[in-house]
Amino acid sequence: MLVIIDYGVGNVRSVTNAFRFVGADITVSCCPDEIGKAEGLILPGVGASGYAMEKIAPIAETLCKQAHSGKPLLGICLGYQILFDESLEMGRYRCLELIGGKVVPIPAGRAIPHMGWNLVEPATGMQMFAGMEQGRHFAFAHSFYADVQDNKTKIASTDYEGVSLTAAVEKDNIWGCQFHPEKSGNDGLNVLRNFIALCKKN
Amino acid sequence: MLTKRIIPCLDVKDNRVVKGVNFVNLRDAGDPVELGARYSSEGADELVFLDITATIRSKKTIVELVEKVAANVFIPFTVGGGISTADEIGLLLRSGADKCSINTAAVKNPDVLRESAQRFGAQCVVLAIDARKDLQRKDKWVVCVKAGTERTEIDAVEWAARAEKLGAGEILLTSMDADGTQAGYDIPLTRAVAEAVGIPVIASGGAGTLDSLYEVLDKGRASAVLAASIFHYGTYTISQTKDFLAAKGIPVRPA
Repeated sequence: MLVIIDYGVGNVRSVTNAFRFVGADITVSCCPDEIGKAEGLILPGVGASGYAMEKIAPIAETLCKQAHSGKPLLGICLGYQILFDESLEMGRYRCLELIGGKVVPIPAGRAIPHMGWNLVEPATGMQMFAGMEQGRHFAFAHSFYADVQDNKTKIASTDYEGVSLTAAVEKDNIWGCQFHPEKSGNDGLNVLRNFIALCKKN
Repeated sequence: MLTKRIIPCLDVKDNRVVKGVNFVNLRDAGDPVELGARYSSEGADELVFLDITATIRSKKTIVELVEKVAANVFIPFTVGGGISTADEIGLLLRSGADKCSINTAAVKNPDVLRESAQRFGAQCVVLAIDARKDLQRKDKWVVCVKAGTERTEIDAVEWAARAEKLGAGEILLTSMDADGTQAGYDIPLTRAVAEAVGIPVIASGGAGTLDSLYEVLDKGRASAVLAASIFHYGTYTISQTKDFLAAKGIPVRPA
């Protein structure tokens, strides 16, 4: 069973719909017991980092413990951004510190938010994109992006009018994507299938 | 680089997809749940669902149908038709919509755009404009409301620019003169609006040949094209459309 963590930030329905569609046994919960029993965890989220950190505080320790123990974790959009050390969105907020780096604004000089379908170029060997042709498009909607510190973290990027934005990361069992796999058509559904495969293998 | 988007539109009446000409003479075009699922899997970039009865009749909720369509749609999903308050937008977003389009209510009370953008973010607030050629002035268009049944004095281009300032994240621009005719989009209208705003403009009304889609993306400067009849009745598939546009040099996501 996979658990989509419902911590009251944004709509979990689309993510649930997409995981159900690809045949996952899925539960929506924020109960530490269920998080402990899950084979894999999904952290969605839409909105601002500070608010998200406030809402996730009660289960942050449980979540980090699970991720450190090797349980697969997939962060999506805002749920991905709070995996990093800190976020500079509307202030400066300490985040979950599961992946080294900080969340910073997309440089000015282009339309913000970065919204729509953009081409994603993954680093070689990223399991998230296994079985897909090189260079597929995914659906984005964000104004901040993650500046990843650790060179060993596998990174996929997307070019937005001359700036390279991090589109996804993989650090062992912890995966995160800035785009919305649940809204990225068949390629997005394949990302979810690859995450399910990671959870089964674990 | 962001790609140009191809968006099938489901005009929904009594739980069925319908399509008319110039907003009248409606004819059945299928089941919204089936069509939505098909377009999502065939490579459409977004889906728009418009409850076309909502402003004419009562404000009957369409939440259940939106939930059913959303359960099988894995691309961005916009819902519109009869939405008049930010609370209604909240309800539709919770039901599976990613964006909501507001039309008549925003004309009556422009503040609904501001309030909705503040609560949910500009990215999910779409201003829908039904525009018709101004009878007196050349190269001017006026805004029509109540599903196109009522003509106002409001200039469509000015209204789009004002809506952007209020918080709209996107403009869904329908030419009522062209709608359902398959005679091509209104390029001067689309271009005038696209040049007046910084947010994306979705061109709607008049999709016919694939060349007409190309023209409005190129000369009309639209960020996206919306079409109904040509996809519902199988004139073109999504992948044919994208192959054609790609060959013409338009950046698209391959289907």
